[in-house]
Amino acid sequence: MNATDGLAVRDLAVNYGPVRALRGVSLEVPRGDVVAVLGGNGAGKSTLLRAISATLRFQRGGISAGEITFGGARLSGTAAAAVVAKGVVQVPEGRRVFARMTVEENLRAGALGVRDRRGTAKARDRVLALFPVLAERAGQRAGLLSGGEQQMLAIGRALMARPKALLLDEPTLGLAPMMATRIAETIREINAQGTSVLLVEQNAALALALASRAYVLEVGEVVLSGPAAELAASDEVRRRYLGITADEVTGRPAVTRPSLSRWSA
Amino acid sequence: MITFLELLANGISIGALYSLIALGFVVIFKATEVVNFAHASLLLAGGFVVAKLHPLIGFWPALAAGIAGAAAVGALIEFVIIRRANVTSHSVLAIVTIGVDIVLVTELTRQIGTDVLALGDPWGDQVVHLGPVAIAQTRIMALLAAGILIGSFLLAFKHTGWGVAMRATAEDHETAALMGIRLGRVSLGAWAVAGALAAVAALFLCVFPTPGLDRSTTFAAIKAFPAAILGGLDSTTGALVGGLVVGITEAMMSGYQNQLSFLGRGIGDAAPFLIMTIVLLIRPAGLFGTRELSRV
Repeated sequence: MNATDGLAVRDLAVNYGPVRALRGVSLEVPRGDVVAVLGGNGAGKSTLLRAISATLRFQRGGISAGEITFGGARLSGTAAAAVVAKGVVQVPEGRRVFARMTVEENLRAGALGVRDRRGTAKARDRVLALFPVLAERAGQRAGLLSGGEQQMLAIGRALMARPKALLLDEPTLGLAPMMATRIAETIREINAQGTSVLLVEQNAALALALASRAYVLEVGEVVLSGPAAELAASDEVRRRYLGITADEVTGRPAVTRPSLSRWSA
Repeated sequence: MITFLELLANGISIGALYSLIALGFVVIFKATEVVNFAHASLLLAGGFVVAKLHPLIGFWPALAAGIAGAAAVGALIEFVIIRRANVTSHSVLAIVTIGVDIVLVTELTRQIGTDVLALGDPWGDQVVHLGPVAIAQTRIMALLAAGILIGSFLLAFKHTGWGVAMRATAEDHETAALMGIRLGRVSLGAWAVAGALAAVAALFLCVFPTPGLDRSTTFAAIKAFPAAILGGLDSTTGALVGGLVVGITEAMMSGYQNQLSFLGRGIGDAAPFLIMTIVLLIRPAGLFGTRELSRV
């Protein structure tokens, strides 16, 4: 695992005006890996992705310390378009497809950050092979697609820029379990084709199954990190993110008193 | 009936010019969410360049220079002011554009003085007779030019990468940025296109039967505001329809003002604003708009 090879975040601090959203966050996405970031609402997961994609300014935020690099080149301090050009592309939370544009136009918009006609044609073939439904719906307005189809379009749109690293912000949020499984399979497939993935999820079980490494964010700080399998087995994560109480973990019969832990499901 | 047809033809022709102006207005709003009150100054700048240059380099090169000049002024406003203004609200930027407009228009009218500048167009005061209906040749040219420009604009907006980038940005700035679309370029392009369209409109607003370019030319741009707003500030279709509605209404009200004398003289100038008010009462977002003006 070479630190300069993949995506690296070092001692990152992010402020929204006077509010500090992240502090001292460091993480790494080695090339070809899937890395998950877990955490509840407001933990700073989306802020982290915004910092990497250089779109904090849309929320009136900014990086106050630390740096982000990809393949050794600095991403922090550059423009959003430069981040895309370097091969780091984000699929935003809530899909955010261009609802008034057609599916085909959405895919086209995804390729606007790179100027490479032949590459774009190849990327389109790859996306349509991955999501055949997008070819069927090419002329339809994106706003008329189902939630799952919109998520496929959002991922496909990002893939049009032929990213080396794909950032996914809660890709299964609000999807039916079947569709969530389908998206998870797709993420695995995208990764198998050579794209690194940084996956932000509240669905910890799904994220830990996909990832090789995971980080847990809480109130803007990394509180836990390690190999995904290890985290999945740890009592802390099982209790907080997998909805398994400590009693179940240790195999003792569940006590009748309900758990009041804030994170339990 | 002949009067009616002549008025209708003139109304459509003038309306097409309002559509051109309103289209630029809408393009700027879509790309940057700024209501550009400096549009009148873009128009005047374009016309001024044509008027000053045509005796020196001939009409067509002067027209090209006027279009480029107005586009450059638009791009300059975007680059120097809009892009750098670090304000939270787009309404503040709209007010900034009022200031820009006052500065530019004041300077240009100082340059123009009390003169009426001819634009040196090749059409002169010839009149074309279609059966019993007489139409000034300039009006036909205006309609043709506006039609061609609007048509090519809409095609580009629909099919080119530039158009896709514009529409994506209009729909969701942040996501467009995530796609690697350079918002600065989109915004710069929008202002330049708006300037270029305004310059063409300026030309045809200043040729026969209008005496030429003078300080009152900016009033024409002001009539394009109701056109854009009644059509819907974020709709290109709205700009086209709004322009035609304003043009035809104005021509009819002015043409029949003797029959409408109970409304007072000069009703033609007020008519666009009356129509706008009525439309907004019924449809607050304009005829084709999706965003209500309260969100501006």
